[in-house]
Amino acid sequence: MNIIQTTLLHILFLVAFNANAALDIEISGGSAQQIPIAIVPFGNAASAKENISDIINADLKRSGLFRTLETRGMANLPTNSAQIKYAEWTVLQAQAITVGNVEAIAGGRFKVSFQLMDALKQTQLAGMDYQIAPSQVRATAHKIADVIYQKLTGESGIFASRIAYITKLGKRYALQVADADGYNPQTVVSSNEPIISPAWSPDGAKLAYVSFEKKKPIVFVQSLTSGSREMVANYKGNNSAPAWSPDGSRLAIVLTYGANSQIYTIDANGGGLKQVTKSSAIDTEPAFSRDGNWIYFSSDRGGRPQIYKIPAGGGDASRVTFEGTYNVSPRFSPDGKSLVYIRNDGGKFKVAMQELGSGQVQILSEGSQDESPSFAPNGRVILYATKIGGRGALAAVSSDGKVRQRLSESRGDVREPAWGPINN
Amino acid sequence: MNILTKSKLLGVIAMTVLLGACKSTPMTPAKVEDKSPTGAATTQVDPNAGADTGGIKEVAIDSNANNTGNNPLKDPNNILSKRAIYFDYNSDTIRAEFRTNIEAHAKYLKDHADAKTIVQGNTDERGTREYNLSLGQRRSVAVKKALNLLGVQDKQIETISYGEEKATTNCTDDDCFQNNRRADIVYEGD
Repeated sequence: MNIIQTTLLHILFLVAFNANAALDIEISGGSAQQIPIAIVPFGNAASAKENISDIINADLKRSGLFRTLETRGMANLPTNSAQIKYAEWTVLQAQAITVGNVEAIAGGRFKVSFQLMDALKQTQLAGMDYQIAPSQVRATAHKIADVIYQKLTGESGIFASRIAYITKLGKRYALQVADADGYNPQTVVSSNEPIISPAWSPDGAKLAYVSFEKKKPIVFVQSLTSGSREMVANYKGNNSAPAWSPDGSRLAIVLTYGANSQIYTIDANGGGLKQVTKSSAIDTEPAFSRDGNWIYFSSDRGGRPQIYKIPAGGGDASRVTFEGTYNVSPRFSPDGKSLVYIRNDGGKFKVAMQELGSGQVQILSEGSQDESPSFAPNGRVILYATKIGGRGALAAVSSDGKVRQRLSESRGDVREPAWGPINN
Repeated sequence: MNILTKSKLLGVIAMTVLLGACKSTPMTPAKVEDKSPTGAATTQVDPNAGADTGGIKEVAIDSNANNTGNNPLKDPNNILSKRAIYFDYNSDTIRAEFRTNIEAHAKYLKDHADAKTIVQGNTDERGTREYNLSLGQRRSVAVKKALNLLGVQDKQIETISYGEEKATTNCTDDDCFQNNRRADIVYEGD
């Protein structure tokens, strides 16, 4: 089966969402090989408040891996596979067709059904029925987009995942969580003092972050569902840079007491304090390796800030980055094979990606004040903070550097994004 | 109550963090692989799909500083009201012009054994937030060491950093950057 077909090299998409999105999204670039897919409007779609096929369409487009075909003006708009006249779609070069239907059922709920068909073989690739509450229409559309993405690319979709970020509107700081497309933003915590360094627990149920609400940096862990928050590190001096161990049981943090930043680990609910680095230099920005055995971190122990690694239980550190004079903020890819970090490239701070096996480094971002890189849970996209017109905004770049997105908040600053795990 | 006095010279601790140019490897775009599935058609029914992603409980924090009281720390005519120590670029060396200021705060802290200060380090916005938090900490530690040399006890001083969080953003000249490169001496109850 040959679903992928070569298309244009650089297509510019401008997708403007305004209705519910707090973040405006702009997409540019595209993969050299895009899958042409027809997403036929779902039958009876108007019964739900949000249009499922539009959401699926936007998700797939945003990935840069799909070319979604125009369906307006088509004489026949099938809502199940039996109604598809394949020749009408293959003439448009469609290689896959999505059809579906929305049906109001008892209890004010909806039954959403969809089928993904191979347009050439005329066989079904996926089909699902969902019975949902009206509030779950958007989430269900993201799940359908994930199924399509997975079936046609062989990789996990990320459309149903969520992102966390910090906003600053006026003097008010907020830690927010939104869908991966910027819709449905919800405030997790807000304060008049800075909030920085949000970090998702591996199960996606909690966020660790640093709050200055007591006029100094203190590490909190907060449950997203209950809102309950625990002060997990409030030692003398700074408490910052929380990073979860892969099993969610420990946090790496940075403490200073009366001296320079050093890395420690604690239990995820506080306590069990253990010192990891013991230097007179700055050691900060810890990140656990995917196997949990190592902590990668930024340090100026060699004179200038570079990334080092140390056994998670303490021991001898060894240097990881050698190119350039400022490499900080390490974060691992989901497969643990690559590291993204921030490099000062001639006075411009950019996102760099290093393959740990070969040591090869690529500069992925185009800004001058880029920071806080974070991998999407399928490793395909890197989300980071940038500046647009003097204001903080979010940007994303595909790991091959070809597809770019910018997400901006029209009223203030957005910063410090962190992409959450895939929730099942 | 407390008047400024002159005393010993301050020790100066010099540390320099250098930021410099670096080379980058140009990006080599990768090809998208054909990983289209070969498996047969599947049908799944999942009544619980589209699980609720909402339900986030919001927490709002309101911290109100109490700015009352008439004391020498707040008297604009008293040097103790001057709380900012400025630093050169990439430096945590305390400049000579701030000696009398630090000496005044050291005297106050020694005269008031119950008084506690938090020295807050700050940086400009260039660089990452957490790394800047660590760089700001260097500046607060430099002020603490200067106070220690003048006889102030550790238990009266906490060193913390705001990093770039209080920095004026989008600076276009060095006066603006300079204003961000500082340590603030804050008293408990300020």
